[in-house]
Amino acid sequence: MANLQSTFSKIRIAFVTGGLVWATLLTYVVHSFSFSWYIAVMDGAVCTLLLGAACWLINNNLKYYQPGKGSYINLFFWCLALTAAATFGARWVLPYIISNTIYTNFHVQSITIRFFTNFLAIGWMALLSMIWYSQLDQKENEKRKSEAEKLARDAELYNLRQQLQPHFLFNSLNSINALIGFKPDEARKMIHQLSDFLRGTLKKDDQQQVTLPDELAHLQLYLDIEKVRFGHRLKAEISCDDKCDTAILPPMILQPIVENAIKFGLYDTTESVTVSIRAEIEDNYLTMTVQNPYDPKTARPRRGTGFGLSGVQRRLYLLYARTDLVETYADDNIFTTIIKIPQLL
Amino acid sequence: MKRVLVIDDEPLARMVVLEYLQGFKAQIEVLQECGDGFEGLKAIQQYQPDLVFLDVQMPKINGFEMLELVDQPPSVIFTTAFDEYAIKAFETHAVDYLLKPFTKDRFNKAVEKFLAQAPVVHPAKQTESLLEAASQSPAQHERIVVKTGTKVKIIPVNDVEYLEADDDYVSVHTPEGSFLKNKTMSFFEQTLDPSTFVRVHRSYIIKIQNITRIDPYEKDAHIAILKSGAKIPVSKTGYVKLKQVLGI
Repeated sequence: MANLQSTFSKIRIAFVTGGLVWATLLTYVVHSFSFSWYIAVMDGAVCTLLLGAACWLINNNLKYYQPGKGSYINLFFWCLALTAAATFGARWVLPYIISNTIYTNFHVQSITIRFFTNFLAIGWMALLSMIWYSQLDQKENEKRKSEAEKLARDAELYNLRQQLQPHFLFNSLNSINALIGFKPDEARKMIHQLSDFLRGTLKKDDQQQVTLPDELAHLQLYLDIEKVRFGHRLKAEISCDDKCDTAILPPMILQPIVENAIKFGLYDTTESVTVSIRAEIEDNYLTMTVQNPYDPKTARPRRGTGFGLSGVQRRLYLLYARTDLVETYADDNIFTTIIKIPQLL
Repeated sequence: MKRVLVIDDEPLARMVVLEYLQGFKAQIEVLQECGDGFEGLKAIQQYQPDLVFLDVQMPKINGFEMLELVDQPPSVIFTTAFDEYAIKAFETHAVDYLLKPFTKDRFNKAVEKFLAQAPVVHPAKQTESLLEAASQSPAQHERIVVKTGTKVKIIPVNDVEYLEADDDYVSVHTPEGSFLKNKTMSFFEQTLDPSTFVRVHRSYIIKIQNITRIDPYEKDAHIAILKSGAKIPVSKTGYVKLKQVLGI
């Protein structure tokens, strides 16, 4: 803001200087028509003061009111009115100060040219003010907008990461509870898997991309836990090109998709379910395809599941500003989700 | 001796219940374990058990939907990991509910509560009021589960054309035919999305997207003609409601 204040005082100095130059020039011109210095100075001072007042008015007016697209014509009329006021004001005031008929005649004869020079000056002032203030407005708007966006983004990312399914957590703990009784070693193993998985979800920073093998290792933990819960009913197939080893992606982007696939697969049929996950590199995109069986007749509408595909879509939008990175297909009894992650090479 | 079923889709979760039930060998006999709602439904109809341990989230049909299909529902102890909507219903209407993972002490308390109250309460009535209360959960509003003969049919709410009162039942009309559901009209009026389903008559609820025409009929009454050609009477108050929803 201090910066802006100093800019304003600089503008004020420029404005006054401009006025002085204008007055000097006018005085010089009048004097060159062989009037006395007194008359020339008076003319220059009065005309410039009135013109300055008009300029100040138009500038002030534009400070609080930016004309819309259709109302430039109003601004034009404003300028005309102010020019008339300044020009004819001088015409009315000066004879009181200078009682010289030759000068009065001269002033009347030059009124047209005085009008037009005044109009040009006021119009120029109006134009400058308009550009200046609209730019100021725009800067303010942009600042506010980017601040709001940043806030919203931070909050959203935080929320999205926090929404770990409580179902998953409590059911896993229940499975551990069951295992403790008769398979303590497996219970212990599952506790470690669950802690590794939870640690993985908590420590990840959304801005920091991870490599595909890291993400898949994390996903494997999740799958292992789910396999203990659902026993033989759940199978997972992961296939991945060698080229994908260096691919990067935002952390935890796959897990909600696979979770979705498992949930809809397992809850849509009473038979065993195979969820397949495939990774490929194509034209600088990492393409991940997740498929699960589903029953088109009884599948619940996919809304209101909170953290599902829409969450993934939103995250990819926030990170890449694109909405075309998630696609879903439902044909026959297979539901396919494809996400594309741009690879910055 | 009380006869009991354990219904849960996770094998380990069933094992916990069975293990904890070992302590009640003298009073309780486990009839069967079931891995999903269909098996559960069949077993309940077959054995008429005194008590069911029931998980809510299960494949195809959930615990509530399964119970809706049982003619004489038994007493129920729910075992669930997390369900913000259902817990209220459990608190007032279920024998008890167990939040996974639960301790043996907590489990014993629930079973003892059942054993203490069993002869007093009429289980079918209690379970029905529980289902009524559980229907507040939004997940319950997306589909209607009905039984046709021995088969279970899941009707997505989107497929419903209109509902018609039929004695103590409601007939659910879909392109594939109509199915009877053991519920009241006011139940559906309250649970279905009011911006889509309008009760236009004491005996009819229609899906407004299916209306092709509304004709006047006698004094104050109208008739709505649906895409399928069905003609549905619209009462005076029904017409007012319909106009409100359609914004005319």
